[in-house]
Amino acid sequence: MSGFLAGLCVAVLPLLAAGFWLGRRTARPDSLGDLGTPVEHATFQTLHTASLAAPPLRAGLTEETARKSARRLRTLLGTDALCLTDRERVLVWDGVGAHHRGEIMERLSGVLETGRGEAFRLRCETPDCPVRWAVVAPFTVDDRAHGALVACAPRESAVLVRAAGEVARWVSVQLELADLDQSRTRLIEAEIKALRAQISPHFIFNSLAVIASFVRTDPERARELLLEFADFTRYSFRRHGDFTTLADELHAIDHYLALVRARFGDRLSVTLQIAPEVLPVTLPFLCLQPLVENAVKHGLEGKAATAGGKCHISITAQDAGAEALVVIEDDGVGMDPVLLRRILAGEVSPSGGIGLSNVDDRLRQVYGDDYGLVIETAVGAGMKVTARLPKYQPGVHPAGRITQEFSGEYSGD
Amino acid sequence: MNSSYAVPAVALVVVATVLVGAFGLRISRTTSDFYVASRTVGPRLNAAAISGEYLSAASFLGIAGLVLVQGPDMLWYPVGYTAGYLVLLLFVAAPLRRSGAYTLPDFAEARLGSPGVRRLAGAFVVGVGWLYLLPQLQGAGLTLTVLTGAPDSLGGLIVALVVVATVAAGGMRSITFVQAFQYWLKLTALLVPALFLAVAWQGDGAPSHAFQEPATFREQRVVRVDDSLDLKLAAPLTVTVTGTVDGRAHDGRRLELPAGTHHIAEGTRLSFAKGTAVPTADPGTNGGMSTSLATGRQERPLYATYGLILATFLGTMGLPHVVVRFYTSPHGVAARRTTVAVLGLIGAFYLLPPLYGALGRLYTPELVLTGDADAAVLLLPDRMIGGVGGDLLGALVAGGAFAAFLSTASGLTMAVAGVLTQDVLPSRGVRHFRLGTVLAMAVPLAASVLVGGLPVADAVGLAFAVSASSFCPLLVLGIWWRRLTPPGAAAGMLTGGGSAFVAVAATMADVPGTGPAHALLAWPALWSVPLGFLTMVLVSLATPGRVPAGTEAILARFHLPEELRAEVKA
Repeated sequence: MSGFLAGLCVAVLPLLAAGFWLGRRTARPDSLGDLGTPVEHATFQTLHTASLAAPPLRAGLTEETARKSARRLRTLLGTDALCLTDRERVLVWDGVGAHHRGEIMERLSGVLETGRGEAFRLRCETPDCPVRWAVVAPFTVDDRAHGALVACAPRESAVLVRAAGEVARWVSVQLELADLDQSRTRLIEAEIKALRAQISPHFIFNSLAVIASFVRTDPERARELLLEFADFTRYSFRRHGDFTTLADELHAIDHYLALVRARFGDRLSVTLQIAPEVLPVTLPFLCLQPLVENAVKHGLEGKAATAGGKCHISITAQDAGAEALVVIEDDGVGMDPVLLRRILAGEVSPSGGIGLSNVDDRLRQVYGDDYGLVIETAVGAGMKVTARLPKYQPGVHPAGRITQEFSGEYSGD
Repeated sequence: MNSSYAVPAVALVVVATVLVGAFGLRISRTTSDFYVASRTVGPRLNAAAISGEYLSAASFLGIAGLVLVQGPDMLWYPVGYTAGYLVLLLFVAAPLRRSGAYTLPDFAEARLGSPGVRRLAGAFVVGVGWLYLLPQLQGAGLTLTVLTGAPDSLGGLIVALVVVATVAAGGMRSITFVQAFQYWLKLTALLVPALFLAVAWQGDGAPSHAFQEPATFREQRVVRVDDSLDLKLAAPLTVTVTGTVDGRAHDGRRLELPAGTHHIAEGTRLSFAKGTAVPTADPGTNGGMSTSLATGRQERPLYATYGLILATFLGTMGLPHVVVRFYTSPHGVAARRTTVAVLGLIGAFYLLPPLYGALGRLYTPELVLTGDADAAVLLLPDRMIGGVGGDLLGALVAGGAFAAFLSTASGLTMAVAGVLTQDVLPSRGVRHFRLGTVLAMAVPLAASVLVGGLPVADAVGLAFAVSASSFCPLLVLGIWWRRLTPPGAAAGMLTGGGSAFVAVAATMADVPGTGPAHALLAWPALWSVPLGFLTMVLVSLATPGRVPAGTEAILARFHLPEELRAEVKA
């Protein structure tokens, strides 16, 4: 009996889930129409159809988006056939009379040239062809026709001409928005290129100076440091892919710290606690090293070397389910939280380097706004920076490009 | 059975698991040396972790129980559980790792770029996870009942609480070490007693008629019947009865039961003399899921065996808690090496449970009668060796059994909770891992209280069948077929996995009846897996326009070794 009950539960659960899903899918607010007058209902219906047709067109005018929106647009116009074209060809033909495709394209060249809509009678040999008239309305973006909407009807209708014109203008607005989206994507790409991590010039000068100081006294040490320097610069100047694994990033940090230790000696100590499970996690290239650099800077700042001021930095990477948690902590001078907030908001430029805000921006761009840096600090209380890295994010893999995710298409080397 | 050793042993396993989970990382990995700190998990350690997570109550208790009741036919279970990794190795391991996916929904999204398919895969992960958790909790209940006589649901409740507490508190930070530790613990807990049992068996004159029918009592044995049952007797049986047989009360009277079916009321004590053949209970009466599966098997043994083989061979790759462990491998080749090591480790482990099954048939044959066959592994040390030694070995086995429940349950809970947190709760406006954890455990816990006795290995087999019919087509076609489309994948998973799920539900609901239809429902994999593949292929072919853009690049990434790819890019 209890087995029966359990089985019943097992059987009922997916049914409930399916019902819930169906309910969600079908529960469009159509029922609101019951509350208003027929006019209100019709207005609502029209607006609703228009809003459904909008999202696909926001991605630009392609065969796929045209196919997705054509049916909705035809409902909006109430015609027997509707066709969307770009400058060269018919993208989609929704409804009857698809044999007019060729003819439409012939007549379209003029319309696309002038950017003015027109209506014309279709030549047709089929005796019982349901469509006799075509109304063409071009999509104009920045005074240039990108394509056209063609509505076909059995007879000439002034209302249809006006309606087609309005719908085409509405679609044009969507396409303009799509253009805007594209330029925004390009802007982000440019921004990412600008944000692309750079090692600070100070670091290069300081490292070379330290190495120079060892050349006579300890040539072997100098050689080792020079190799560390070479490894680190090779990593940071590499050009393939915008992502790296946590293991590689930690190796780069190791090289970096070796050079820093050579400069500060005993004053700097570092402990690491790395969960081996998260080493394969993919993350934006050079996004932890600036945090460590920052910790070194803050840790040693205001601690006079003569007073034997020491700094301790701890780097931990923990496994937390579907995410890796990286924490970088120093016991230095800390920072006023208000000032830090203004730096991160870009209102004040930090004293040196682009460190924290750059990393924060890149993490948000790759993983979304939920994944910005979390920084805990106060004046004199050190600083603790926490970064959450999802183990999987679409488009994030060692050879991937950050841009790929935003443009939605593959852009290889 | 004496519980004065077993309870501390179980407590020790629980505490050790929590401690290794919480501090293993701290002890082993706090260092100032980058080389030590950034060493990735080697294939052998990772393989031990995967094995530790994989070897569940079904392996630890269930296989021995099945071998005890149904004989050597059941060896297909360990074979199938192991061979699943061979299929995983050949077709899935390396490309899955190179896809960068952490969970199965991640893979669906990486390959098909469709949020819809991702959500569907998430739903199946939750379904398979719950189906798989259920027998773990029941196994824990059974173990605790055998050890201490505690109520049936207490053990499951303890495991659920420990797992939810540690997972929700983030205590499973060094999960690789915990799971590797659990593997070696489980192996030790079966191997050491097995050696002693083998010696005891030798000392007993090495009786070797384990699988001659029927099993007989080797000494006088009193059996207490906890749930009323029907005995089917092929020949007359002489037995001393205290209790009710066929509606008449007896008090320690010797009875001559004629051939035929006899009803034994619950609470009755039957005392069998030495050398008596063990009667079998009529499977129609002792309730639960075992009956329908068992009858399905009795009616169509060949069909049932092939159903089992297909489910276990193809189902392993879709187990959510196994898939996430492959992410730990640094690259595709390491993932393959890990799988080979897993084959070795699991193969070694699976030599032991059949041994317990065979010995159980010799020394604890009454378990066939009472339906608690899964307890054979726990009872044998006490029965064959006895005394303090037997108690200590019994405690070791009990500890190992709890390790099995804890490791598999925590892995599954994390996988299910991860999906709930990522894909289900955010749409409800919550993004809370702890809530996901509680939810992931609450459903199977409630179900385990509702469902009575069910053979754990059979219940796990059902989870395998659903996994094989939904995820196997997705993974294999996703990795090896470039014309797979999102609608095809969704349709295939829904048809294959959905029909397997319905069959499982019908089996669990104990839909009455016999015949071919019944066997089809009890062992769905043989038709639901091809159905899933076929639907996926046909719907994909019917929607050629929906092949995701960039499929070529994605498949190249799945199949090209990492070093090679870096060279091509550079």
